[in-house]
Amino acid sequence: MKELLAFHQAVNDPRGAALAASGDPIGYLCSYAPEELIHSAGFHPHRLFPGQAEISLADNHLQPYCCHLLRGILEDGLSGRLDYIHGMVFPHTCDAVQRVSDIWRLNIPQAFFTDVGMPTKLKAKSARRYMTLVLSRFKAELEDAADMEITPERLGESIRLYNGIRRHLTALYALKSDHPHILSGEDLSTVVRATMIMDRETALEHLASLAARLKEAAAERPPTTAKRILITGSVCDTPDIYSLIEAAGGSVVGDDLCTGQRWFQGLVPEDLPPLEGLVSRYLDRYICPAKHLDPIARRDRLIQLIQTHRADGVVFLRLKFCDPHAFDYPHLVQTLEEVGLPHLLVETGRMDESREQLATRLETFTEMI
Amino acid sequence: MADIRKIRSAKKMRDIMTTYYLDALTASENGKQVAWITSGGPVEPLLAMDIIPVYPENHGAMIGAAKMGQDLFTKAEEMGYSSDICSYAAADIACAVVKGGPLGGLPKPDMLVCCNNICGTVVKWYEIQARYFDVPLFLLDTPVCHTEYTSEIATYVRDQVDEYVEFLEEHTGRKLDHDRMEQVGRLSVRGQELWQQVLNTTTHRPSPMSAFDAFFFLALIVTLRGTQTAVDFYTELLAEMEERTREGIGIIAQEDHRILWDNLPVWHQLKWLSGKFADHNACLVADTYTSAWCGSLKYIDPDNFLDSLAQAYTRIYLNIGLDQMADQVLQMIDHYQADGLVMHSNRSCKPYSFGQMDIAQRVREKTGIPVTLLEADMTDPRKFSRAQADTRIDAFMEMVQQRNS
Repeated sequence: MKELLAFHQAVNDPRGAALAASGDPIGYLCSYAPEELIHSAGFHPHRLFPGQAEISLADNHLQPYCCHLLRGILEDGLSGRLDYIHGMVFPHTCDAVQRVSDIWRLNIPQAFFTDVGMPTKLKAKSARRYMTLVLSRFKAELEDAADMEITPERLGESIRLYNGIRRHLTALYALKSDHPHILSGEDLSTVVRATMIMDRETALEHLASLAARLKEAAAERPPTTAKRILITGSVCDTPDIYSLIEAAGGSVVGDDLCTGQRWFQGLVPEDLPPLEGLVSRYLDRYICPAKHLDPIARRDRLIQLIQTHRADGVVFLRLKFCDPHAFDYPHLVQTLEEVGLPHLLVETGRMDESREQLATRLETFTEMI
Repeated sequence: MADIRKIRSAKKMRDIMTTYYLDALTASENGKQVAWITSGGPVEPLLAMDIIPVYPENHGAMIGAAKMGQDLFTKAEEMGYSSDICSYAAADIACAVVKGGPLGGLPKPDMLVCCNNICGTVVKWYEIQARYFDVPLFLLDTPVCHTEYTSEIATYVRDQVDEYVEFLEEHTGRKLDHDRMEQVGRLSVRGQELWQQVLNTTTHRPSPMSAFDAFFFLALIVTLRGTQTAVDFYTELLAEMEERTREGIGIIAQEDHRILWDNLPVWHQLKWLSGKFADHNACLVADTYTSAWCGSLKYIDPDNFLDSLAQAYTRIYLNIGLDQMADQVLQMIDHYQADGLVMHSNRSCKPYSFGQMDIAQRVREKTGIPVTLLEADMTDPRKFSRAQADTRIDAFMEMVQQRNS
């Protein structure tokens, strides 16, 4: 499908995509990076994913019991492969990111660097006030770096752009959920990841043409009998999990992933003052397990996602050494067992399960459904 | 010889801890409420509200030292927890269900108080216990001061101190007595000052105690901080240490080398490790861990305890940037005249362990003293190889000896 080409290109060549974007690239690692602010300062928000390089330099800074995503990205930073980015932004999330931020600041010289000290708890009145203060500080730092003022109008424009992207991605997910066969899971995952990498105005255009094309396709193709699978986890670093699920007779109809719905779910209210709107979205969006809403927030979200996407089964994509997700896993499994929904754990970032073994497990799993 | 070296206060401390746990275990019979709290959390408001604080991390250390973790880790893994999560958390989560460990389980909490100044793990851990026990959870969110204690952080944490007090008032049905709060605050400050003074006695040569003793005597400043009991005990302990320094009684027979320890203890290997270093005539004179309970004293204003609590509990050793941590390590090396640094790379504690290699590099550059990383886990013996540690310590001590000769 030609509408997918640009997305695949961006994922295969992030450097090229960043250099083609308008504005100096600012790197980030997680879905709590305040992208609208970065964009409104004229920079290009550019999400980093680990390259394929063997870990050698990062071994001098991070122990092997850190997740391979962070080790891989740090390796890229230390080796100079990210010399095209102008700076880095680290929103506070997990313990490992917290220290990688320090290691980055102390070892990788860049024109711009900042920590955005996002609150961990999101429900309290104090957290709303603090989030506003933190984003104001970040805005001032960006203004200083870009030598310009981020007016409410400029920020409003960026918010509308991002909301546009979010609306398209939401629509794509809804199409995929209703007509699982119109697009492979890997393609959809690529679209989301590419949107985080490439110029956002360009992404918006491509998303619009893709959505139009898929709407036609949805009308043409007959329904599928594939088992409806929901994926939940941190970052999908194993795109071929989608094709393995499809080969096993399943189809991914929705997700709770940092490289999926957690990134784009929830619009910034456009009727509020822009900064207040951003705060509001951060406090209301699907949470990462490194954040605290209440002890059952993620269970409630999982149930809601299962109902929305009429899922037949859930695949937990668990990144080796990712503590926040590892802590939530038993409770979410218990929830699924209570409602009698099959589930399967796939641990990624480890070498002891071959592609064949995983394929067999997935087949057994979809047969069970 | 062995008897002279033995620290007399150890027995008293065991008795105090036994009494403390008995009180906690019988709290509900005595009409008292129990709050579980993280080791770095502000306990003082609990004491002022007459709530008994219980520390699952102290319990984790007891489980580790008693080598009772194995069954609990197996249970946690059966419950679906990864073997990679924090071993304190795993032990506690399993213990709540099977009532295992040296105490047969901790007393059931009436509420949970979690402060994330030590890690994000405690947030997940306390969420799990909030679900299991179906009790309210208060999170004191102390943002990391990577480069500074910003005005936003100050405002946020101060706001939450009020929310904390409101939470306690709601769940006890009582109002905070501010005079009592001030009294507890002063006792807390006094206890921390005394603990710092106890730790300072190891600047003396030979050192009257070692980090292994500090790991043991730490229990009171963690669990009874803010009480007269802790103040009285540390007054006595300090007197004993001063007596030892006057009489030249060292904790090891021959102190040729002085070592600084980083990270939590390896609870299940204390005896072996202390023997191992003593065999090399090396004394672990100080550590970055036990000093964390008095490291932010400078931010506390005893006349304005609740206001200053925010800063003191936010700017602790683990909640600052790596460069500031390295500066503190360098200060300790200088203060305690350390000849080498042993860093426990602790699989259970990512915020403490990630970045150690950067700190090590800075220490090597600025001081030239040998540094080594020891791979282990504070409670889980499966993640420790004695043979490997043995070789590593021998090689490290050889470097220290060479440099000292």
